[in-house]
Amino acid sequence: MSAVIEGPTTAAPAAAATRGHVDITNVRKSFGSTEVLKGVSLTVPPGGVAVIVGPSGSGKSTLLRTINHLEKVDGGYITIDGQLVGYQVRGNKLHELREKDILKQRTDIGMVFQNFNLFPHLTALENVTEAPVVALHRNKAEARKRALELLDRVGLKDRAAAYPRQLSGGQQQRIAIARALALDPKILLFDEPTSALDPELVNEVLDVIRELATSGTTLIIVTHEMGFARDVADTVVFMDEGQIVEQGSPQEIFANPREPRTRSFFSKVIEPAFNI
Amino acid sequence: MSSAVTTVAQSAQQSAPEPAPASAVAESPTAAAAQSAAAPGAAAPAAPGAVDWPAADYSGYKLVPARHPWRWVGTVMVALGVVAVAWSLATNPRWEWGVVAQWFTAQSVVNGLVETLKLTAISGALGFVLGFILALMRLSASPLLVSVSWTFSWIFRSTPLLVQMLLWYNLGYLYEKISLGIPFTDIRFFEVQTTTLISQFAAAVLGLTLNQAAYSAEIIRGGILSVDQGQLEAAAALGIPAWRRSTRIVLPQAMRAILPTAFNEIIGLVKGTSIVYVLAYSELFYTVQVIYNRTQQVLPLLLVATLWYVAITSVLSVFQYYIERHYSKGAVRNLPLTPLQKARKFFATHAPVNLDRAKEGR
Ligand SMILES: Nc1ncnc2c1ncn2[C@@H]1O[C@H](COP(=O)(O)OP(=O)(O)OP(=O)(O)O)[C@@H](O)[C@H]1O
Ligand SMILES: [Mg+2]
Repeated sequence: MSAVIEGPTTAAPAAAATRGHVDITNVRKSFGSTEVLKGVSLTVPPGGVAVIVGPSGSGKSTLLRTINHLEKVDGGYITIDGQLVGYQVRGNKLHELREKDILKQRTDIGMVFQNFNLFPHLTALENVTEAPVVALHRNKAEARKRALELLDRVGLKDRAAAYPRQLSGGQQQRIAIARALALDPKILLFDEPTSALDPELVNEVLDVIRELATSGTTLIIVTHEMGFARDVADTVVFMDEGQIVEQGSPQEIFANPREPRTRSFFSKVIEPAFNI
Repeated sequence: MSSAVTTVAQSAQQSAPEPAPASAVAESPTAAAAQSAAAPGAAAPAAPGAVDWPAADYSGYKLVPARHPWRWVGTVMVALGVVAVAWSLATNPRWEWGVVAQWFTAQSVVNGLVETLKLTAISGALGFVLGFILALMRLSASPLLVSVSWTFSWIFRSTPLLVQMLLWYNLGYLYEKISLGIPFTDIRFFEVQTTTLISQFAAAVLGLTLNQAAYSAEIIRGGILSVDQGQLEAAAALGIPAWRRSTRIVLPQAMRAILPTAFNEIIGLVKGTSIVYVLAYSELFYTVQVIYNRTQQVLPLLLVATLWYVAITSVLSVFQYYIERHYSKGAVRNLPLTPLQKARKFFATHAPVNLDRAKEGR
């Protein structure tokens, strides 16, 4: 990692990407009396890579979880390729969808969790084939074939029969990424995918995500890995206290943050990281 | 971050005394420091005249494991005790083993045994199915379902099983007829005398099932709660439907917590079925009682029943071992060998053929 801030090393997302346009409009969310999201708006174009950074408790995870309706919004709305997430329009009201339709929508949105959440009683291969078979009704042999391809892609084809607890943290997270990819999602959400990993395992996971960033899938990533954010992001979004304080290209945000809050956050986070 | 690691490594090296860089690698810094204090500049303990203990070479010595005399004393005492008990069981004529043998496979006893097994299997299975439903209700988001489930457990756990049995059996006294129809009207689809509907068997199964359901609901609920919330979340994020999330993702993991207690319950139920004697229902224990009231051979007949209970429990314990093993897949890094596999391995490595090879090696 050099101290010089450069432009993104990845080329602009493939122009071919046409699906996975995310539009978040004025989303609000409270837990009890604390407002965690105070009107957040964000647009990520098809194939775009948005990296969300910000201090702990600023609402990054909550925002990510509203995108696949794991968390219901209290106000505002989210659309993916023009289609409302979790709701449908009837008259001049937004009615929440039935569970079945929400599950259907979620198959377009993959999610990778900080602590992997692999199913420990299923093998790596079974973890990857489960959702395509039961949620997309793919046939078993076909799902298996595709799963093996994906395991190969994350470099773990030879561990297909292993149970998650027999794998290292980095390997588990790569399996979790393969599991999310198995549904061929338009969008992938990553919530601090490397925070639970030992430092030497971080890169093997980041490399897989880097490769995805050029594949045309829309990525929204919450991370504390600033070097990685700089490499991979088209847009860096800085959140604080439930609001987007500032967003822009990595060069703009890292080199010339306009807002004092952004500057003070980066002065705490980046300097030590970049001195290494 | 890698530089932080390097720094730690460097400082560790620096804390070792400069004059003895070779020993700093193999020995702890304190040992190295002590050594260099005694003989500054000495690189190895074998250097002549530099150390105050004789140089020694132990490479030709044989290793002797520590002895544990008290362990042996304890083992011998326990073994003596076991032999004494076995001896008295075998030689004291009052146990009347001949009578035990005579009744052990008698037709009436075997019939009773079959009834016991039937009651256990039916009310155990129904009880756990109902318990599973009650547990799901209790964990659901609906306040109505939660309170119905809670009330069920509350009532059936607080009423003595004996009272439940008698109530079910005497339902005919409380409600002469049972009918299905539209409430508060005269329309009836069918109607039946309660006493014909509720036989001894039905009362026994009803009582045992409902009671078992109340207890197993709590056991299953505990098991489900022990599964990490993130599992459900991940499954929901993958679009896996709710029922499948319960049965494929959560329940198999919950089983690890459920099984030991569940088998406790089932083994308890095997003997607990004997409570149906209040209905004069001839399961194993009731049958035995009837026999010894007639023949006055109380102890031998109680032994007959006990031996059968021991047999059933033993079989169940073997099942428990293998079922628990099945559900621990993935939960432990590597499954331990089963007793059978261990035995096979023992015979494979201790077989006469291999003994020869072992001798050669010696
Ligand atoms: N289910 C919940 N109930 C109540 N409060 C919650 C809940 N989930 C999150 N919060 C609160 O919402 C705020 C934002 O949480 P969130 O997890 O989105 O933060 P974050 O930016 O992801 O932080 P971190 O970087 O530590 O993961 C926090 O103050 C948190 O305590
Ligand atoms: Mg978070």
